[in-house]
Amino acid sequence: MNTLIWLPFLPLLGTLIPLFSSRYSRTACAFYTAALPALTLFLVLSYAGDIFQGERFQAAIPWIPNIGLELAFRLDGLALLFSILILGIGLLVILYARYYLSEKDPIGKFYAFLILFMFAMLGVVLSDNLIQLWFFWELTSISSFLLISFWGHKTEARKGARMALTVTGAGGLALLAGLLVLGNTVGSYSLQVVLDSGDLIKSSSNYPVIVVLVLLGAFTKSAQFPFHFWLPNAMAAPTPVSAYLHSATMVKAGIFLMARFYPALADTNLWFLIVSLTGLATFLMGAYIALFQHDLKGLLANSTISHLGLITLLLGMGTDLAAVAAVFHIINHAIFKASLFMAAGIIDHESGSRDMRQLNGLWKYMPYTATLAMVASASMAGVPLLNGFLSKEMFFTETLHQASLGSLSWIIPVLATLGGALAVAYSTRFIHDVFFNGEPINLPKTPHEPPRYMRVPVEILVGLCLLVGIFPGFLAGDLLASAASATLNGPIPEYSLSIWHGFNLPLLMSAIAVVGGLIVYKNRSHMFKFQAQFPKSNPLMVFEASVQFVTRQAGTLIRFTENGSLQRYIFAVLGLMVIMTISTLVKLNTTAGLRPEIPVDAMTITAAFLLCVSALATVIWHRKRVVALITLSVVGLIVSLAFAQFSAPDLALTQLSVEVVTVILLILALFFLPQKTPKESHPRIVIRDLSIASLIGGIIGTICYAIMTRPLDTISTFFTANSKTGGGGTNVVNVILVDFRGFDTLGEITVLGIAALGIYKLIARMRLFMPSSDGKGRPWSDDKHPILLSVISQSLLPLALLVSAYIFLRGHNLPGGGFIAGLITSVAIIQQYIAHGVIWIKTRLKLDYQILIGSGIGIATLSGLGSWAFGHAFLSSWFDYFYLPAIGKFELASAMIFDLGVYLTVVGATMLILANLGQLTTSERPVLKEDE
Amino acid sequence: MEGIYAFCVGLLTACGIFLTLRGRSFSVVIGLTLLSYAVNLFLFASGRLKLNAAAVLGQSEQYSDPLPQALVLTAIVIGFAMTAFAVILAMRARADLGNDHVDGTLPSNNEDSQRSGGQH
Repeated sequence: MNTLIWLPFLPLLGTLIPLFSSRYSRTACAFYTAALPALTLFLVLSYAGDIFQGERFQAAIPWIPNIGLELAFRLDGLALLFSILILGIGLLVILYARYYLSEKDPIGKFYAFLILFMFAMLGVVLSDNLIQLWFFWELTSISSFLLISFWGHKTEARKGARMALTVTGAGGLALLAGLLVLGNTVGSYSLQVVLDSGDLIKSSSNYPVIVVLVLLGAFTKSAQFPFHFWLPNAMAAPTPVSAYLHSATMVKAGIFLMARFYPALADTNLWFLIVSLTGLATFLMGAYIALFQHDLKGLLANSTISHLGLITLLLGMGTDLAAVAAVFHIINHAIFKASLFMAAGIIDHESGSRDMRQLNGLWKYMPYTATLAMVASASMAGVPLLNGFLSKEMFFTETLHQASLGSLSWIIPVLATLGGALAVAYSTRFIHDVFFNGEPINLPKTPHEPPRYMRVPVEILVGLCLLVGIFPGFLAGDLLASAASATLNGPIPEYSLSIWHGFNLPLLMSAIAVVGGLIVYKNRSHMFKFQAQFPKSNPLMVFEASVQFVTRQAGTLIRFTENGSLQRYIFAVLGLMVIMTISTLVKLNTTAGLRPEIPVDAMTITAAFLLCVSALATVIWHRKRVVALITLSVVGLIVSLAFAQFSAPDLALTQLSVEVVTVILLILALFFLPQKTPKESHPRIVIRDLSIASLIGGIIGTICYAIMTRPLDTISTFFTANSKTGGGGTNVVNVILVDFRGFDTLGEITVLGIAALGIYKLIARMRLFMPSSDGKGRPWSDDKHPILLSVISQSLLPLALLVSAYIFLRGHNLPGGGFIAGLITSVAIIQQYIAHGVIWIKTRLKLDYQILIGSGIGIATLSGLGSWAFGHAFLSSWFDYFYLPAIGKFELASAMIFDLGVYLTVVGATMLILANLGQLTTSERPVLKEDE
Repeated sequence: MEGIYAFCVGLLTACGIFLTLRGRSFSVVIGLTLLSYAVNLFLFASGRLKLNAAAVLGQSEQYSDPLPQALVLTAIVIGFAMTAFAVILAMRARADLGNDHVDGTLPSNNEDSQRSGGQH
C-alpha cells in the first residue's frame, strides 16, 4: 500500500536531480535523471503479474473526508498500461534528448520540466479521486506549457505554448465543473464509486451536463475537432517534447479520460453521437490536412490528430470489442508515433531542415535511420506484420458491425476506409518524399547518420512495432486484456489477436486503403493544386487576434472602472456598503433592544464630549498637520480610557502604549512630509464626502447601538469556565490569546513581522525630501539632545524595563502579557533614541531587530510544535505548579514561552520600524556649516 | 450610556471616512487611524458594555465578554502595523514621485475640468 502512494512522487523528487546534476556532463545529467523514473518503472512492473491475474491495487490517505478530499491512488490494468507508456517512452526520450539538445540549451532545466510533466501524467493515470485527477490534469497543462515554450526566444514557441495552455486550460475548467457535478450526482468523489454507479449516472437528469463538460475536457486535451488547432502549433517545441507529449502522454490524457470514465458515462445515444461523430470528423480531417503539410513535424502532428480521432471514434462506438480495439491502438500509436517523431528529429538535427520540399533522397546519406523511419511509417499506414496493422484491422471490423445510423450505417466503414487510404498516402509521402524522390535541395548541412545512441530509442520502438506486429498475443496480450478489462470495468469479450483471420471484409478494406492511398499519393500534385485554391488560414493568427481582441476589451473595461483615483475607489466601496447595510437595517423593527442601559454619569459625559470635540477638531484642522496630530492623540487617549472604564484593562494598556508609539511614528514621518495640506477639494466634493461620511457614521452608530441594547449570546462562557483549569491562567483575555486562540495570535505576530520587514525594505534606499527649515522658513534647532532629557531617560530605562518584565510575567493571571510588555519595552528604548540619538544607541545596544522578529516567531512556533512531542495538537499548552523553598508556590506554563515569542516579535517589529525611520533623520540631516 | 457610546463610534467613523476620502496621503493616514479607533470600539461593544467586570477570574462577581477583547487587542497592534506601513508608503511615494497626493500625480487638470464643469 505504501509503495503505491509513493509511486507517483518518486519522479517528483526527480525534478530536483537534473537541476543539481546539470553542472556535470550532459551524459551524467541524463543518467542521473533517468534513475528515478527507471526505479518507478521497475516498481510498476512488479505489480504487473498480480494485475494480469485481475487484481487491482488501491491506496488512500484521507485529508478532509467530509468533502471527499483525499490522496488516493489506484493501479489497475488501464493505469498500468499508461504508466508503462509514460515511464517507458519517457526514459527513451531522456536518452534521445541528451543527443538532440545542443550544448547551448540548459539541459538541466529541460529534464526538470520533463520529469515534472511525467509526474503530472502519472498522477492523472493513477488517481483514484476525481478532484485529485483534475489537479494532476491541470498540472499536465502547466508543465506542458513549460515544455512547449522551452525555446522561449522563438516567438512561435511562446505563442504555441500560450495557445496550448489556453485551450487545454479552458478544457480543464470545463472538466472540473463536470467532475464536480458528477461527484455530486454520485455522492462521492471516489473513482471506484463513480465507476460502479454507471446506471445511476446515466439515469440522472445531470447526465447530459456531465457528459458534455467531461468530454470538453477530453476533446481539448486530445486535440479533437474543433479544438485540434493547438496541436500543430505546439510543434514549436523541441522534438523530444513532441515525441513525448504527442505520442504517449499529453494528448493521450484526453483518451485516457474517456477510457477511464467509459463504464460510468458511455453506452448511451448521447455519448455515441458526440464521441463517435467528433472522432470520425477528427480522423478524416487530420488525415486530409496531414497530406498537405510540407513540414515533417506538421505531417506527424496532423497524423496524430487523425489517430486520436480514430481512437475516439472507437470509444464512441459503444461495443466492448471497439473499446478493446481502442486500447490496443493506444499502445500501437504511442509506439510508432514516438519513433516517427524521433526519426523526424534526427533528420532535422542532421540535415538542418524539416521541409519535405528540400528533403529528398536522404536514403543515400542515412540508410540506417531511413530503414527505421520506413518501418515505423509502414506501421502508421497499417501494413501487415506491423502493430499498426492489427489495431487498424480491428477498427475496420468494428466499423462493419456498427448499426447505430440505421440504414445509413454503411457510411461508417466507407469513411473509415477513406481515412485509412489518406493515412497510407501521407505515410507514403513521409517515406518517398524524404528518402527518395531525387536529390536534396539547398540543405543547410550535408546529412549524415546521427550519433550511435541517438538511434537507440528509435531502434527499440521500431523493434517493438515489429515484435508486437508479429507476436501480438505474446507481447501485448496480457497488458491489453487487463487494460481493456479495467476500461470496461468487467469481463472482456472474446477477441483474437492473430495476424491472419482469413480472407474477409476488413482485409479487403485494408487492401483498398493501401491501393487507394498509393493512387492518392501518385496524384498528389493535382491535389496540391486543388488545395492551393483555398485561402490559407493560420489558426495561430486567428487565435492571437481573438486573444488580443479580448485583451483590448478587458483593457477598456478596466480603464473605465479603474481610472487610478483612490478617492473614487473608496467612494465606490463605501457607496456599495451603504446600499447593502441599509436594506438590512430597514428590516429591523426597533433600534433599541430589550437589554437595560447603563445609567449615565458625569465623568463619561465629559470624556465623550472631549472625544467628540477632538475628533471634530482633527477633521477641521486636518490641513494643519501637527495640530491634527495632537488632537488625534487626544482621541486615542480617551479611547484607551473608554476601554478602562468598560472593564477591559488589557485593551486600555495596549491602546495606551500603541498610542505613544503611533504618535512618535507620525511625528517622525511628518518631518519628511509637507507640514500643511493645500486646500484643493472643490466644495461640491466636500459636500459629497461629508454626506457619505455622516451617512455611514449614522449607520455604524445605529448598528452599534442596536447590538449593545440586545442581550448577549456568547461562546465566551466556555473560555471563562476553562481558563483556569485548562489554560492555567486567570486573565481570560490573555489565555485566549496565548492558548485558546493561540494559532490566531501566531498568524498575527507573523503579519506584524512581515509588515515591519516590508517597511524596512521601503525605508531602505529611500531618496528623501529633507527640509532644512520648518514651514515658516525657520531653520531646525541644532540643539540635538537636551542634557536633562538624556540623564533622566537614562536613569528611567532600568525602571521601564522592570515594569515591562513585571507586566509580562503577570500577564497570564492579571492584565498584561507579551503584547503590552513588548510595547512598553519599545517605548523605553525609543526614549533612549530620542534622548541620545541613533549613533549613541548603536554603539551601546547591539540588537538586530530583524533577528529579534525572527526569533520571536520562531520561539512561538516551536512552543506550539513542542506539544506534538507529547502527542497533543499544535499549540496545546501545558502548565503545572511547583514549590521552591524561598519563593513558595509558583506556576510554569508553556504558554509563557509562546508569550515570550509574542513579546520579542512586538519589540523587534516596533523597533525595526521606528529605529530605521529615526535613523533617516540623523543620516539625512543637512550638516550645518562649521563657520556658521 | 450605550447611546453616548454609539454616538461616539458613529462620529469617529464619520470623521475617519471623511479624512480617508481626502486627496493627500497624510490626511488619509489620520483618517485610517480614526477609523481604526471606531472599528476597535465597535468590535469591543459587540461584547456589550459592563462596568467593573474585568475578565480576570476572582476579581469581580461578573465578567465581561473576553473574546471581543482578545480580538480587539490583536487588532490594535495590527492597526499600528498598518498605520506604520501606510505612512511609510506615503513617505516613499513622496520621495519617489515628488508629491504627496494619493494618486501619485497632482490633480491640477482634473480638478480644473471638474471645477469648470461645476460652474457651467
